[in-house]
Amino acid sequence: MQSTAHDFKDNAHAALADANLQDSLAKLKVGFSERRRQAAERLPEFEALRDRARDIKNHTLANLDFYLEEFERKVLALGGHVHWAPTAADARQIITDLCRSMNARTVAKSKSMVSEEIGLNDHLEQLGIAPIETDLGEYIIQLRHEPPSHIIAPAVHLTKDQVADTFHEAHSKLGFTKRLTERNDLVAEARYVLRQKFLDADVGLTGANFLVAETGSSMLVTNEGNADLSNTLPRMHIVLASIEKVIPTLEDAAVLLRVLARSATGQESSAYTTLNTGPKRPDDLDGPEHYHVVILDNGRSSVLGTEMQDMLRCIRCGACMNHCPVYGAIGGHAYGWVYPGPIGAVLTPQLLGVEEASNLPNASTFCGRCESVCPVRIPLPRLMRHWREREFERHLTPRAVRQGLALWSFVARRPRLYKALTGLANRMLALFGRADGRYGTLPLAGGWTRFRDFPAPQQGGTFHAQWKQRRP
Amino acid sequence: MSDPRSTILNGIRRSLHRAELSGAERQAVEARLAEPPRGPAVARANLPQPDKVALFCQWAEANNATVARVTAADVPGEVASYLARNNLPAEAAMAPGPALDGFDWASQKMLALRRGRGEGSDHVSITGAFAGIAETGTLVTASGPEHPVTLNLLPDTHIVVLREADIVGGYEDVWVRLRARYGKDRMPRTVNTITGPSRTGDIEQTIELGAHGPRRMHIVVVRE
Repeated sequence: MQSTAHDFKDNAHAALADANLQDSLAKLKVGFSERRRQAAERLPEFEALRDRARDIKNHTLANLDFYLEEFERKVLALGGHVHWAPTAADARQIITDLCRSMNARTVAKSKSMVSEEIGLNDHLEQLGIAPIETDLGEYIIQLRHEPPSHIIAPAVHLTKDQVADTFHEAHSKLGFTKRLTERNDLVAEARYVLRQKFLDADVGLTGANFLVAETGSSMLVTNEGNADLSNTLPRMHIVLASIEKVIPTLEDAAVLLRVLARSATGQESSAYTTLNTGPKRPDDLDGPEHYHVVILDNGRSSVLGTEMQDMLRCIRCGACMNHCPVYGAIGGHAYGWVYPGPIGAVLTPQLLGVEEASNLPNASTFCGRCESVCPVRIPLPRLMRHWREREFERHLTPRAVRQGLALWSFVARRPRLYKALTGLANRMLALFGRADGRYGTLPLAGGWTRFRDFPAPQQGGTFHAQWKQRRP
Repeated sequence: MSDPRSTILNGIRRSLHRAELSGAERQAVEARLAEPPRGPAVARANLPQPDKVALFCQWAEANNATVARVTAADVPGEVASYLARNNLPAEAAMAPGPALDGFDWASQKMLALRRGRGEGSDHVSITGAFAGIAETGTLVTASGPEHPVTLNLLPDTHIVVLREADIVGGYEDVWVRLRARYGKDRMPRTVNTITGPSRTGDIEQTIELGAHGPRRMHIVVVRE
């Protein structure tokens, strides 16, 4: 998809003014984070499991070439195929060729963020192959021609009424002329419409939560069962996964699954966790005849061995965005590309370049909630700070900010001057503002006072002065 | 120009500042694969077998499945009675394997059973299970001629017959059983682990059951 990450500030202003979005986000703030907290409390071993999950991912990244080769060996041994895609264009071409080999007209797709990353749907459509998103949230936004706004809840920005309108419009031509208003009716109608599409699809395309090197299996975690219909009914199953999805063994998967569901939705376990290994066996009664795994790099290997490597531990649970005050205020679309929230603020500059995405790592107060809930303990604030430093080094920071910082650092390195200036400012602000207690407007501080008052200083002088007085 | 496989693998090695793993380093990761270390043990499922069964039932119900505990002789009766209680037709697609053959299905004259894979038109399926996981109330099924995957997915109602002896503590116990049954390098095409009926929270984060897979899951736990 086309990135609008460079328009982040305008996107964010629009998001704050969007009443439907704000309604949806209000629910998000209490929903996911509260359920995660309860799930974590129910499992005394949760923190130990997070440590272990981090260690498993670090171990895998340090031996990534070995585990990828091992995974490939196992897939081949059971009659599957592995394709290596250094770039997004390579992955699109491989998938196109596979679809053409089946004369595919439709592809049943299970939710895959990597497929969003490589812009697969637009590409297939241009070639006359119809991708059909089957995760309910993805289906809704596909009908609305919107990108996902959350990595596990792609339609979380929409209200039930918006979904009702979307279905009414899209399904009318299929004979469903009544506008539904109840959630269960909307789900049932989507189930009915999509069921036939599953049965008709020539190819099923899924992502993978994990690739298990030990067994050559792709592992998928869903609640709806759409991934399982996608990997069972069509004659070809294509798995699209990036290199860092590989893990060593099933025992490692058990650890990661325990932290994944709880961090994502607060569930003890997602409804479906599935291991697919190779194509159907000769005596199986169902399953795909062809099994292909497309392994995508798209710049990830260059992050290994750098101080940014930690971002590759991500298991895409979404906890960082569920707990982020910035995401909670503006939603996912404002981030302008595939991955929103704190992990998006770290991944997007890596994948698209800091020139395109420099606003994202600045959209953080560094409150640290993301790091405190991350199941694999990614130090997200540190990684965002890294991108801010790269932005500054490359002179991408706006001139006013650079000049302001230069002025501040000049004064801050001269304590006497600093004390004199802040003391003067404090007295002036107190003199003119103490009666009201606040300023509605203030020269040079329009960015602040446009949205809120600036408090006038109270008795006692500057922070330094008060500190000196009160220190025992 | 190198091939794409080497491009990626050599790129990884370059970033990690090393060549392909060899010697002691390679032996260490190979040993880790051969003898997979377990993560921190989860205490809540470390119980005597009868308590494991109870914990399994408790979590399965918490995840919106229904559970009946019966003797082997009562399995067909429980299935027929469940269908009647829920106003469902007395017909089902049943897994073809011998696991379900031992029960006296003929005792239920009204129950029409078809053995084979699932079809889009099926309302009810009946299958066995490879294992049950007590820690989360999760069922494990392994695909094969005796257990087509479509039976787990296509019908509105999935009835699962699970023997008490097949209920284990956690995932790790399932992996041990899978390796013992199929061999370490030969996983079945599909291993489903299923926790309750299909669900979605994609409209306003409110859970609705029956998104794509079964709306109802009934687990018949067979007392030994």
